[in-house]
Amino acid sequence: MSDDIKTYSTLSRRGFLKTSVAGAVAASAPMFFVKNAHAFTNEPKGSTVTFGFNVPQTGPYAEEGADELRAYELAVKHINGEGDGGMLNTMKPVSLKGDGVNGKKVIFVTGDTQTKSPAARASAKRMIERDGAIMITGGSSSGVAVAVQSLCHEQGVIFMAGLTHAVDTTGKDRRRYGFRHFFNTEMSGAALAPILESEFGNQRLAYHLTADYNWGWSQEGSIKKHTEALGWQTRAAVRTPLKEVDFSQYITPVLNSGADVLVLNHYGKNMVDSLTQSVQFGLRDKQVNGQDFQIVVPLFSRLMARGAGDSIKGIYGSTNWNWSLQDKGSEAFVKSFGSEYGFPPSQAAHTCYVQALLYADACQRAGTFHPCDVIAALEGHQFDGMGNGPVEYRAEDHQCFKDVLVVKGKEASSSEFDLLEVVEVTPRAKVEYPTTMQDANYVGDLGSCRRV
Amino acid sequence: MDAILIQILNGLDKGGAYALIALGLTLVFGTLGVVNFAHGALFMLGAFVSVTVQNILTISKKVKDESITFFDAYKETPYLEIWWGDTGTMIIDYAVPISIFVAIPVMLLIGLAMERGLIRFFYKRGDADQILVTFGLAIVIQEIVKANYGANPIPTPAPEIVAGSAPVGSWLGLGADLVYPWWRLIYLFFAITIISTVFAFLHYTTFGMVVRAGMHDRETVGLLGINIERRFTIVFGLAAVVAGLAGTMYTPILPPDYHMGMDFLVLSFVVVVVGGMGSLAGAVAAGFLLGILQSFASMNEVKSVLPAIDQIIIYLVAVIVLLVRPKGLMGKD
Repeated sequence: MSDDIKTYSTLSRRGFLKTSVAGAVAASAPMFFVKNAHAFTNEPKGSTVTFGFNVPQTGPYAEEGADELRAYELAVKHINGEGDGGMLNTMKPVSLKGDGVNGKKVIFVTGDTQTKSPAARASAKRMIERDGAIMITGGSSSGVAVAVQSLCHEQGVIFMAGLTHAVDTTGKDRRRYGFRHFFNTEMSGAALAPILESEFGNQRLAYHLTADYNWGWSQEGSIKKHTEALGWQTRAAVRTPLKEVDFSQYITPVLNSGADVLVLNHYGKNMVDSLTQSVQFGLRDKQVNGQDFQIVVPLFSRLMARGAGDSIKGIYGSTNWNWSLQDKGSEAFVKSFGSEYGFPPSQAAHTCYVQALLYADACQRAGTFHPCDVIAALEGHQFDGMGNGPVEYRAEDHQCFKDVLVVKGKEASSSEFDLLEVVEVTPRAKVEYPTTMQDANYVGDLGSCRRV
Repeated sequence: MDAILIQILNGLDKGGAYALIALGLTLVFGTLGVVNFAHGALFMLGAFVSVTVQNILTISKKVKDESITFFDAYKETPYLEIWWGDTGTMIIDYAVPISIFVAIPVMLLIGLAMERGLIRFFYKRGDADQILVTFGLAIVIQEIVKANYGANPIPTPAPEIVAGSAPVGSWLGLGADLVYPWWRLIYLFFAITIISTVFAFLHYTTFGMVVRAGMHDRETVGLLGINIERRFTIVFGLAAVVAGLAGTMYTPILPPDYHMGMDFLVLSFVVVVVGGMGSLAGAVAAGFLLGILQSFASMNEVKSVLPAIDQIIIYLVAVIVLLVRPKGLMGKD
């Protein structure tokens, strides 16, 4: 009797504890894990599938975000068979038929990244957990892209990055669930350096002003690497706070530094302010070391460049895409976008539009929305007719490799949109880097796709 | 020597902007006892007076660019240039100086409307209420500007004649390499002029004397039968004009956007606190002092010894001043 009681008592206590712990864990688990235990996150059940557009709707990049959103809305129209079809008419190969994706009509929800990583993650999380988004896309900052990509990977949702240019996004911070169509700082450096050599020579002393965050460091590293390989020397590389508006105290040391080139590793408002003020300080009128002083802006954005006014004239930089390109894909997109909104699209709009179409097409080719199958359909995918010549989504790092545009601020623009002149279309072969690069920023682990 | 001189100029120029904003903040705090977080928005509104004047002067005849068929691209020629040729071009070129004359009445009206329409209802409320309502007002103003002008910076250049740099080195016999932007020198001169004018107004006019007396002892002045409230309302308008003019003149240095007020506001509050809350002379002195310190802290030679010192120097000085002189540099018990 006493043994029975002992046995009963022991089992009951352990059993109770085990059951309680298991119950507590199950009860505290997010519902979407439980809900999708036998499928995948946000598997579409009805006649629609939801895309999540996570763009900066407020904050310094709100205008760029608005252009991204316009492009996404246009992409959804085209995928669903509305409008003139845009790049669906030029994209090769294409599986989309203009009747949605896998028989489902595409609808969308939006989030505001505010160009702040915590806000961007919160809005992406909300779209995944509350709105049932099958895919998240968008953004105008590498910091935000890395943060949202990581979240999407954890949640088992594909992230099609918007405008993000730091190597990190598909380098050390790459994720299996994240894909980037936009080019990166390494490709900018590789494309720009030969043009800088032919225009300014190979005996130059450069001074870098660099935005103090991951994109700025990445851009500075790339330009230094590629220009020093030409024979340029780097006089100094000074980090500037992202929130700086008056760069005078950073520009004045350049005047007496002996440098004859200023590289502004700045984007957006930083670029507008630093470039405007550099020109005011007479840098472009100076002669140093027997040569004309030059300013270089490695990443140009037409939307932002407008803010710098005449200061951008003759300044060299690179860009992912420009509306003035004459290929069939670019013409189709510009025509479609221009007819819809009354002005040409920005490079941010272009990359976001392409990303939405590429994701939809991959789902159609895979015949499912299961992220693992869609990832497999995107990895190594080669396509053309979308404005950058033949492109490949490299399987090893999920970076698109394609031609890169070297541009110059136009001396005489014919309209408010006509600000950049394409100087060179650098072929993909010259900007592609091997997967074996050992620099810490390029080495990463994609992780794996999780089938339940 | 060149590097030191140029950093002093940088500091004075930067300090001029801080001092102008801090002067208005201190005026409002000293007279009305209101901590006005919307003061930065007044600086931004002043800048957008410039943008608006420029937009008006460049209203253009649009001729459709027929080479682009899928969206409306226009070749634009301002009517002023069509009507008056080179004279019209010159008027457009002088958009920023012209804006000063527009900004004075516009900012005065905005200041008076802000004080009569909202701020006066919060005089007897706690600091937290005042901060919340003025901060909220700043955000509302920001969003209205963003909705009308967009989020991107708008180029508002200085007149061509002062677009380049002044040969400061040649003037001082230090060599031709030492140059400084003309507009920044003009801004420094402008800041000193405005500050001097405000001080002269407060010290040498009856109105100013009454205001100063009111700042010192409001009740006694009221008992003398003087309507001190009305004068303080005008002081609020005056503070708005000072902040607005600071913004108007700053546009060639910094292409304005809706957020530029907030960028300066926090630093200006530090300037006010370091100078001594309510001390006009303290605000001006602290503005220039912190501007110069910040400029020197940004030198590569300094940062190689004390990395990132440029980011914290202002706050470091604020902490030290508040520890040593809790009332600020020129604050009184």
